[in-house]
Amino acid sequence: MAASRDFVSRKLHSLLGVIPLGLFVIQHLTVNYFATRGPEAFNDAAHFMESLPYRYVLEIFVIFLPLLFHAIYGVYIAFQSKNNVSRYGYLRNWMFYLQRISGVVVLIFVTWHVWQTRLQAAMGAEVNYQMMVDILSNPAMMIFYIIGVLGTVFHFANGLWSFFVSWGFTVTPKSQRVMTYVTMIIFVALSVVGMRALFAFV
Amino acid sequence: MMSEKKTVTLKIKRQDGPDSASYEETFTIPYRQNMNVISALMEIRRNPVNANGEKTTPVIWEMGCLEEVCGACSMVINGKPRQSCTALLDQLEQPIRLAPMTTFPVVRDLAVDRSRMFDALKKVKAWIPIDGTYDLGPGPRMPENKRQWAYELSKCMTCGVCLEACPNVNSRSEFIGPAAVSQVRLFNAHPTGAMNKEERLEGLMGDGGLANCGNSQNCVQSCPKGIPLTTSIAAMNRATSLQTFKNFFGSDH
Ligand code: HEM
Ligand code: SF4
Ligand code: FES
Repeated sequence: MAASRDFVSRKLHSLLGVIPLGLFVIQHLTVNYFATRGPEAFNDAAHFMESLPYRYVLEIFVIFLPLLFHAIYGVYIAFQSKNNVSRYGYLRNWMFYLQRISGVVVLIFVTWHVWQTRLQAAMGAEVNYQMMVDILSNPAMMIFYIIGVLGTVFHFANGLWSFFVSWGFTVTPKSQRVMTYVTMIIFVALSVVGMRALFAFV
Repeated sequence: MMSEKKTVTLKIKRQDGPDSASYEETFTIPYRQNMNVISALMEIRRNPVNANGEKTTPVIWEMGCLEEVCGACSMVINGKPRQSCTALLDQLEQPIRLAPMTTFPVVRDLAVDRSRMFDALKKVKAWIPIDGTYDLGPGPRMPENKRQWAYELSKCMTCGVCLEACPNVNSRSEFIGPAAVSQVRLFNAHPTGAMNKEERLEGLMGDGGLANCGNSQNCVQSCPKGIPLTTSIAAMNRATSLQTFKNFFGSDH
């Protein structure tokens, strides 16, 4: 029997959230982190990424198409649930709710961010340290980026927790509890990386 | 003794039929010792007069065992879905609010139609097929330690509380809910049931199946029988992951 559409789409959605999207987020934050070593280091790192061979293939298959599928199907999933944290205020139910809220935050942030950087680059602008300094010199933009980065990092870290359940890695309550700690440490660690990079541009 | 006559006040969300609008009606009934919600409803049935002294229709509800094993009497009591037969009035804050569960279509008043749960059990083939034209003889034995944990799973009474608690079970989704997932684990653990385990896993992998779970884990917190639902869900996630692998790459067993 062929697997159902629900099953295939859900599993694909879950897989893409980690591979490649989660890995891409880590890579992207790492490149940004070079900004803490000064403009020169950041520009070199960004330039290295830009000069990777078959760059468009990578961008399309590692970032754009997975993101498109995960985001569209994610919105569908998010609006299908009837959140009930006011009646069931348990930690995991809150995380479930925050996963959906942060998904929408990511969608808004990433759309804007891609428009402001990648699409401007496609239209001839140069993406470099100075570009980010200009963007982040606006305090409203800085706040928007802080929320966007924290939202994305939370969405990935907490998503990793449910990924481990969805594929049947963490079965026992104990392993799931340990994974809650591990993923929250990942959230904090990646937040530090993201924030330090952001503040390196001001 | 000349003690003051104690009363109990109930605010009940009522609905005359599946398609009619709901309304609230208040009842004040005489208190007796050790009453549960069902005995209060029975009192209203005996004397269907509301708190304003007006004659009204008796409130409809479902019940069976009266000892929390059939699951028929579930309703939302003071905001919490639970069995009305084990909800003791002495332990409830007054006025006691009764409402039908929201996940299921209302038949009338507090009675809901839990068909979606029974359809789900059919979908995942939550039984052991042993009927035939001749005696198959005794089945394989079940190890005692396995029987003990399987017994916990077998306590499910299809009461619907876990579906009521689940944010992913609602009118917008086809999700079969936690109870049926756990039943697959139960029947697949049985030595005879295991002979058909792939069929049940295929059921779980169907539309509305296990993959619709978003891990809010409200179910395990809510189940009156303390069934480890989220362990069952994760275990079945593992089983369906392996089954997908076998289906795609092939396997001899
Ligand atoms: C940077 C981009 C993104 C990354 C790295 C990412 C990562 C993840 C991960 C790892 C999961 C867990 C999968 C699982 O439960 O098995 C997940 C789930 C989810 N994502 Fe994303 N995501 C991203 C963007 C989005 C966007 C734009 C949306 C749209 C609103 C979204 C909505 C969701 C939803 C609703 C879930 C929960 C699925 C469920 O529990 O069934 N995600 N994401
Ligand atoms: S798993 Fe528990 S809450 Fe769910 S239907 Fe069975 S007994 Fe009720
Ligand atoms: S009447 Fe059977 S569970 Fe309450």
